[in-house]
Amino acid sequence: MELVLFLIFGFLALVGSLGVILSRNVVHSALFLLLNFLMLGLLYLVLGAQFLAVSQFIVYAGAIVVLFLFVIMLIGSESVGDFVSKGRRVAAYLGMFLALFFFAGLAYAVGVRVFLPPQGAPGFGAIESVGKLLFTEFLVPFELVSILLLVAMVGAIALAHQVWPAPSREPKE
Amino acid sequence: MDWTYLLIVTVEIIFVIVALLGGFAYMTLVERKVIGRFQLRIGPNQAGPYALLQPIADAVKMIFKEEIIVSNADKVVYMLAPAISVGFALSAFAVVPFGPAVHLFGREIPLQIADVNIGVLYILAMGGIGTYGLVLAGWSSGNNYSLLGAMRTTAQMVSYELPMGIFVASVVLGAGTLTLNGIMSVQRPWYMWLWLWVAFPFYFTVMLAETNRSPFDFPETENELISGFQTEYGGIKFALFFMAEYINMITAAAVMTVVFFGGWRGPLAAQFPLLGIFYFVLKTFIILLLFLWVRASFPRLRYDQLMSFSWKLMLPISLIYLAGTAVLVVLV
Repeated sequence: MELVLFLIFGFLALVGSLGVILSRNVVHSALFLLLNFLMLGLLYLVLGAQFLAVSQFIVYAGAIVVLFLFVIMLIGSESVGDFVSKGRRVAAYLGMFLALFFFAGLAYAVGVRVFLPPQGAPGFGAIESVGKLLFTEFLVPFELVSILLLVAMVGAIALAHQVWPAPSREPKE
Repeated sequence: MDWTYLLIVTVEIIFVIVALLGGFAYMTLVERKVIGRFQLRIGPNQAGPYALLQPIADAVKMIFKEEIIVSNADKVVYMLAPAISVGFALSAFAVVPFGPAVHLFGREIPLQIADVNIGVLYILAMGGIGTYGLVLAGWSSGNNYSLLGAMRTTAQMVSYELPMGIFVASVVLGAGTLTLNGIMSVQRPWYMWLWLWVAFPFYFTVMLAETNRSPFDFPETENELISGFQTEYGGIKFALFFMAEYINMITAAAVMTVVFFGGWRGPLAAQFPLLGIFYFVLKTFIILLLFLWVRASFPRLRYDQLMSFSWKLMLPISLIYLAGTAVLVVLV
């Protein structure tokens, strides 16, 4: 049962991630990304990690892709067109190199060290165990990450917020 | 695999879906009647006694309308959008307990489709993903008014999800559990109940915005955007959006019933399960009437007011409320 579900969701997740890079329309890419995130969440569910699954749904599927779509609609670049043709070759080689690097890392991780128990250990990914870990063992990284996010947010606002000289309403004399 | 369990769950799912769709159909009638009375009109009164056949007439009309797909539309996404809306709206109800456990055929059957231990978060998640229906509908129609409606939806949803999430977190903090069953049955002293009810008007307001109800119905705003995201939709596809909106409203009211007003609990409810369901439906219906009352009483806000209302008023209030709850939980 779990294996069948894993195969279905895994296949759909693969379809989603391939769709992200293969579709010519940016909105379609975002939708495939959404499919991928949803399927990842369902894979967490198969592992019995309800909390991880739902936070995947809320944070990634529910918030981040919505923001992507918002930005895409805001700047109105639905199709990529010739936008990427410049320096595409360099980008492709660099990307391939990076992908190989990443794939090697992933293969090492999967082959040598098994991070996760194969069939959800009791309490794995449940809200109690995640909360306990976050507030005991990983308290310092957790707080550091929140500070990092805050700094990033303030930085983004500071970069994007231009202070325009206040427009004078009265006609100049 | 326990096949009887699967059978029971399937029957419950069908029951809930039928109830929600029936609720949607008759909510439209109640709304038109009630709003009519508010405006010193009679409302629909032609189809059947007390216009009870009106929803059926509407449904038949909607189903038999011509299917129109605008040529500018992104076909797949255009067809997908109403389905996403309705699908996630329906699935959000899965964790709501709508009655006490019944004993049938020697088994105890809880009147709740799934009692997952993260029930509240599940509802937030389904609501968040259901937003895509509206956003994609607006984008795929190939119409600037629709696109504007979709963008407003995104901004509004993201803005109001924050105070909603923080209020939910406060309730969870006070109850100490994330399951809706647990939140409903938690024993509180009277001052904790009072403190809980302090949050109700705010949470209700935020939910008005999250379900796109007046005075926060910005995705449509017919005086500026024709009909917003659903401008290019007609017939049954339009009806599906309508359906999703009402089902979201019903689910929101049901969740408020469970969280703030004890769900199906009431005198003698544990002895007679049917009475429990009746209490649940009654409480939910009263909250739904509140939705209608607000719609009949308030004009729509301006768009900038909507944003500043969320970020400058609701978010600080929710944060203060969260801090207050934390203090109460620790001290008392």
